[in-house]
Amino acid sequence: MSWSWLDWLREAVGQPQFTLLFAPAAKFLVAIFAIFLLIAYLVFAERRLLGFLQVRLGPNRVGPWGLLQPIADILKLLVKEDTIPNRAVRWAYLLAPCLVVAPALVIFSVVPFGPSPTAPGAPRWYVTDLNAALVFVVALASLGIYGIILGGWASNNKFSLLGGLRSAAQMVSYEVPQGLALVGPLMLAGSLSLVGIVEGQARLGLWFAVPQIVAFFVYFVAGVAETNRNPFDLPEAESELVAGFHTEYSGVRFALFFLGEYANMIVISAIAVTVFLGGWLRPFPSVEALAFLDLVPGVAWFFLKVFAFLFLFIWFRGTFPRFRFDQLMDLGWKWLIPLSLANVLVTGLVVVLVDRGP
Amino acid sequence: MSGAGPAGEALFGLREMELNFGPQHPATHGVMRLKLKVDGERIVDCYPIIGYLHRGTEKLFELHPFFQNVPHTDRLDYVAAATNNLAYVGAVEKLVGLEVPPRARYIRVILAELQRISSHLVWLATHAIDIGAMTPFFYCFREREVILDLFEQYCGARLTLNCMRPGGQPYDLPQGWVDRCGEFVADFPAKVAEYEGLLTENRIWKRRTVGVGVLPPETAIAYGVTGPMLRGSGVAWDLRKAMPYEAYGEVEFDVPVYANGDTYDRYLVRMEEMRQSARIVRQCLERLPGGPIMAKRPRVLKAAAEAEVYHAVEGPKGELGFYIVGDGGPNPYRCHVRPTSFMNLQALPEMARGALISDLVALIGTVDIVLGEIDR
Amino acid sequence: MSETHQSAAELAPWERDPVAPQWREAADDPVARALAERFGEAVASMRSLAGDLTLAVRREALREVCTALKEEHGFDLLVDLCGVDFPKRPERFEVVVHLYSFAANRRVRVKTAVGEEGAVPSLVPVFPAANWPEREAWDMFGIRFEGHPDLTRILLWEGFNGHPLRKDFPVEGIDTGAAIYPEYYDARQGPVAGAGTGWKPKPPAEPEKGDAAEEEEKK
Repeated sequence: MSWSWLDWLREAVGQPQFTLLFAPAAKFLVAIFAIFLLIAYLVFAERRLLGFLQVRLGPNRVGPWGLLQPIADILKLLVKEDTIPNRAVRWAYLLAPCLVVAPALVIFSVVPFGPSPTAPGAPRWYVTDLNAALVFVVALASLGIYGIILGGWASNNKFSLLGGLRSAAQMVSYEVPQGLALVGPLMLAGSLSLVGIVEGQARLGLWFAVPQIVAFFVYFVAGVAETNRNPFDLPEAESELVAGFHTEYSGVRFALFFLGEYANMIVISAIAVTVFLGGWLRPFPSVEALAFLDLVPGVAWFFLKVFAFLFLFIWFRGTFPRFRFDQLMDLGWKWLIPLSLANVLVTGLVVVLVDRGP
Repeated sequence: MSGAGPAGEALFGLREMELNFGPQHPATHGVMRLKLKVDGERIVDCYPIIGYLHRGTEKLFELHPFFQNVPHTDRLDYVAAATNNLAYVGAVEKLVGLEVPPRARYIRVILAELQRISSHLVWLATHAIDIGAMTPFFYCFREREVILDLFEQYCGARLTLNCMRPGGQPYDLPQGWVDRCGEFVADFPAKVAEYEGLLTENRIWKRRTVGVGVLPPETAIAYGVTGPMLRGSGVAWDLRKAMPYEAYGEVEFDVPVYANGDTYDRYLVRMEEMRQSARIVRQCLERLPGGPIMAKRPRVLKAAAEAEVYHAVEGPKGELGFYIVGDGGPNPYRCHVRPTSFMNLQALPEMARGALISDLVALIGTVDIVLGEIDR
Repeated sequence: MSETHQSAAELAPWERDPVAPQWREAADDPVARALAERFGEAVASMRSLAGDLTLAVRREALREVCTALKEEHGFDLLVDLCGVDFPKRPERFEVVVHLYSFAANRRVRVKTAVGEEGAVPSLVPVFPAANWPEREAWDMFGIRFEGHPDLTRILLWEGFNGHPLRKDFPVEGIDTGAAIYPEYYDARQGPVAGAGTGWKPKPPAEPEKGDAAEEEEKK
């Protein structure tokens, strides 16, 4: 056996092409692994937190404080039988869960978890800095819902179909305000790159959530709807549609849907933090008196804010009843879209009038 | 999907889909099946199919002596066993002419009102979780637990109580029970306020319930609807006031009535009823008379030949009645239950027509069905 | 011991022996009198027991009497409707209807007799609430209701053979498998006392050749 490929690898590491192609892939794998772990423990945190909100304990039996519960859950889901209904559309049925998870994970490749390197050799806290990242994010986020529709349709179950239909309607209604809400910060930053947007906030010395409070609100509400979380969890409304689009799924494929939902939660939070809450920036980045806050690394700030959002998601689940289908449409079309349109208009005017530039 | 016909016309011409809602479905509170015709999400027609839990209770009644039938009644409306006991023993007492001593009557009222609270708590918990609010479920079950503990201390059982006998009560209240119960009913109104804080003014809750499943009073009466559902439609009728039985004539309480007849009003009626029940229990505990708890009665009760009585009580869900025919023997010749949820459920298709599937689960919740009683 | 010395008047009601209520003629009751005047012979008897007015009516007149009670006397809530089986009577079933009046705050019981072959006029046109109870009476006793929109079984399943609340229906149940597995059961047998619920296969018939060969292959 020849070891020449190893020599080739040794040589290739130094090549610029390698850095360009393989380094992002390796980083992405690390990021995905971290995200999986994060999701597993997010589920755990949700269960414990809901337990706290609902005057009960939550899972506390597996390992110390129940910390190994996610591992046990994953193992259980992996070894469970993967059932496929007799008259399901097989290829679509098998493809659907992957379609939900993959886009959600790919989005993480453009999310900047921390600042760009200031010194050579310092870690770069993102996989890649895409110059059209915002468009990329919006495009991929809407791809995930095809998985839900496809899964609902392919299951050959009326409840699944209704769940899929609901999710289709929800997507159409909430993609629009979500996309429009991102236009405001984009105009303020003058960049489509997520790194660029955070740097724009650093330049402005203010999180975009302050001047773009309306867009922030619209984005977050639409984001909760996009992730099918309470109070917008209609596609999988347990008491109405049994389990909605994933009624027929079991085992690994069910786990993938589950993973997709939580990955989407993290994505929505991460994008909201990046675009509206200054990403890795500390609070009040322009106030010098708070400079000591810079001692906390940017990554920590980023994740702190993401966790705050995730907490909100869980809190909503513990508090709100579910909207009805037509009321959901009402909210989307009669409130969020006009609001976000108005926001785009006003922001555009302000940018044109005030920020004429040098 | 069975709808995809060979021709495109059939595919697009098809508007209605038949949907089997249940019998295994999270929102049917047991095993009930609704055959729905839906146009998209809108319900065109709704046909309830029941009987999955039928156990022939009425046949069983005919096989056992009057005393031994009390446990069968526990299994009718299994979240309100004490109420079933109360209605049955009331009917038997009426049939054979037994007079119940006052202390037993007060104990019965206390048990029945605690049972009403616990039944309403189960209703609220499931109703809220059907509409998507998860947390009230746990709050309600926290308080229900206390009530079940009280029952356990009284008669040893938590759910199927078997806690009344024709002629009186099987046991006196155990030591300290009055204090523990008093503590609970003193705290309880604050707990109701807690649930109301989560739901009553919640805008999503109101949007899901206000104007949903409106039942005008005439329709409600025509369909034989009773209890909180009738009072939510503006008919101020409560058997406890209209035909006072046991000790209800001696306590003060209000009968909440709301006029709109929608799901929200029925919710408000039941919330207020819980407070009123706590008030009744408090009064009964204060005035609890001494004396015997069991009337003088023969070892074997025998009904007169050709005697027949109907006796009804105001259960948590509405009028719960027993129609007993005697033939001179120790067993009831015929014992028919007037099942509350069975009659109330008849109005469901009327309310569901034109509603959305999401409304349907709210409606099933608001009817407050227990399949054990419907199917018997 | 001391009770024997006390007179009955000194005893509390619950310390005396129970006295069963007695039937009384109730012809002087205003509702009963009005109905008797209007329907004459159709109202066969008017009695009351423990305060409940009980009217026995001929079954042809049941719907008219109930309509009159609803429209002229305010009995607008149908509380209950059920059947009772008296196998020894010439017309074995009794249909018992309970009505309630909100205005007068009283109940009235209307009864009518019917045999296995006859039919009772359905009350559904007058009281929609009678729908399910009448289906139940059909299900449990086999009482027919004329003019009922949907007289099908309600608590038992469609293929059930028999009416279980009849007095001659065996308590231990019948072999209900006939409708599901007609090839194993003799469907014509009907309810048989003491048949139990056990598995009762037919004597093995001549198996078809193809099937037998296949089965042997599987073994």
